[in-house]
Amino acid sequence: MNPVIEIHDVVTRFGTRTIHNGVNLHINENEIYGILGESGSGKSVLMKEMIMLLEPSAGEVSVLGKSLTSISFKDAQALRSDWGVLFQFGALFSSLTVAENIEVQLKEYTDISTMMRANLVRSKLALVGLDPHVGALYPSELSGGMIKRAALARALAMEPKLLFLDEPTSGLDPIGARNFDALIVELRDLLGITVVMITHDLDSIFSIVDRMAVLADKRVVAEGSIENVLQSQHPFVEAFFKNEYTKERFSQKMNKGHHV
Amino acid sequence: MNIEFLSYAKQQHHLDLSAKGEWTLNTVLEIEKALRQVPCDKKIIWDFSGVSDFDSAGILLFVEYYKRFKEEVDVEVLGYTKKQKEMYTLLNKNRQESIIPAKIGMLENLGRNTLEIYEDIKDFITFLGHLFTAMFQVFLKPKNIRFKEIVYHIKQSGFNALIIIGLTAFLVGMVIAYQGSVQLAKFGADIFIVDTVAISITRELGPMITAIVIAGRSGSAYTAEIGAMKITEEIAAMRTMGFDPYYFLVLPRVFALMIALPLLIFFADIIGILGGMVAAKMQLGISMTQFTDRLYEVLEVKHYILGMIKGPMFAFLIAAIGCYRGFQVSNNTESIGLHTTASVVNSIFLVIAFDALFSVIFTELDL
Repeated sequence: MNPVIEIHDVVTRFGTRTIHNGVNLHINENEIYGILGESGSGKSVLMKEMIMLLEPSAGEVSVLGKSLTSISFKDAQALRSDWGVLFQFGALFSSLTVAENIEVQLKEYTDISTMMRANLVRSKLALVGLDPHVGALYPSELSGGMIKRAALARALAMEPKLLFLDEPTSGLDPIGARNFDALIVELRDLLGITVVMITHDLDSIFSIVDRMAVLADKRVVAEGSIENVLQSQHPFVEAFFKNEYTKERFSQKMNKGHHV
Repeated sequence: MNIEFLSYAKQQHHLDLSAKGEWTLNTVLEIEKALRQVPCDKKIIWDFSGVSDFDSAGILLFVEYYKRFKEEVDVEVLGYTKKQKEMYTLLNKNRQESIIPAKIGMLENLGRNTLEIYEDIKDFITFLGHLFTAMFQVFLKPKNIRFKEIVYHIKQSGFNALIIIGLTAFLVGMVIAYQGSVQLAKFGADIFIVDTVAISITRELGPMITAIVIAGRSGSAYTAEIGAMKITEEIAAMRTMGFDPYYFLVLPRVFALMIALPLLIFFADIIGILGGMVAAKMQLGISMTQFTDRLYEVLEVKHYILGMIKGPMFAFLIAAIGCYRGFQVSNNTESIGLHTTASVVNSIFLVIAFDALFSVIFTELDL
């Protein structure tokens, strides 16, 4: 399998504060990759470095085979149309309707006809499970779950190969969260995309994530499938996975891990 | 000493200190008073068996005074329950060094503020660099100009401001004429009121009043709009889509204001002179015809042009500062207020400073 994203010895400093000190990981094609860690461990920062919102102080990040350190403006723009990003709180443009939010990139970067654009918007809405009439609403008129779905539809607008999700299930009710998980798996299978997600949601971690990286102590302390991660003795992994609640809730899956 | 909570008895080689009653949040004040009176010259044997009830406040008080006594003499603690011990361990484990707010001296404060201003100016210059680059690129590729947004902002910042600008200019024109007429009437030079009003309005007051109103009205709006977009991560979202915020947010606002402000100044000039005309009629009895006749004689086109030239310059300052402050907003709502204030204050100051600069330049050039 080809690595879609490779992160090599990344160091991030804000002033005198070190966030990452030698982070290494790779994300394979067509997998759902989770980034875990306690708050302040730099999960969001790491994701921002993957999507060129931040530059690491040292080290290398390459996405879809292109190194981001010395990327040209043209390549960067091309790369940006190859991925979709779902922000934690949606970040829909508040001055545009949902449909306009979804079509904004299509309008800007493609020359397709208005009718075709409308069709695409409708299909994206259907894909994420929203009624066509939602397209005419403004983000302020949507519920939390609808915002996430609309933002996902926007992230999918340019038919990305890569999807970045920042806590996709946070703020959703448990049923909505599971539906969202199912939707992500469905999209992955259907569109063949690679998904990178920051998550704390144990259900998502145990059910849909293929591989994951656990960030703690400024580096990746455990990487791989859930079975591999469970082998780790790191205090955060112990506290996060091996507490009473998790043990009871996911006993079946946990035991499987112990026999590997 | 309040013997309800604490009592002591002096022995030959030590001091028997017995704690009693409730050691809780409600009683710690009394207990502390009592503790302060305990003499510290001999070994202390501290007995807790009499304590009926306690909470974390009581334990913390014990911890505090145990440490103080310990510094002076030997302390032995007796008669504590298991629960008390557990609570003590828990509290002691989580005990952190008390947070002492760092005192900043006047000199250090001065240094910090100076550095902050220096960084701020550096950031603004970086912003201007980006803005000029974006402007230059857009002139090379005019199809990237976002005409729809520009028109929208011309309407918002220009057309919608007509009433307030008109009202302000009218009143300023009237005030000038009133004040001037009192002085000029003394010399019997009534008709010179036309020169006073026309030249001061077109050269100085029209552009300045308009710029100040627009700085308060649109500069603040730009900061708040962009700041709110930053908080909701809309700007980050734009960047990930490859939309440069300079093209989509900054340039339309800058261009719109650079187009709208000169037009508003033109409008303010007319209404301001009209205000002067009305006041001259009321105060000095100069008829409209007399006024306009004199106006044609004294108001050279250059005065009007010199006023208008300042328009795009002021507009650029206001829009650039408004957008710059918007991008500075950090992730909390209070920061929108702070930066909006800073935006208006900075742009009004710079407008006045540049106006003074223009004044000097034009005078030196004999214009």
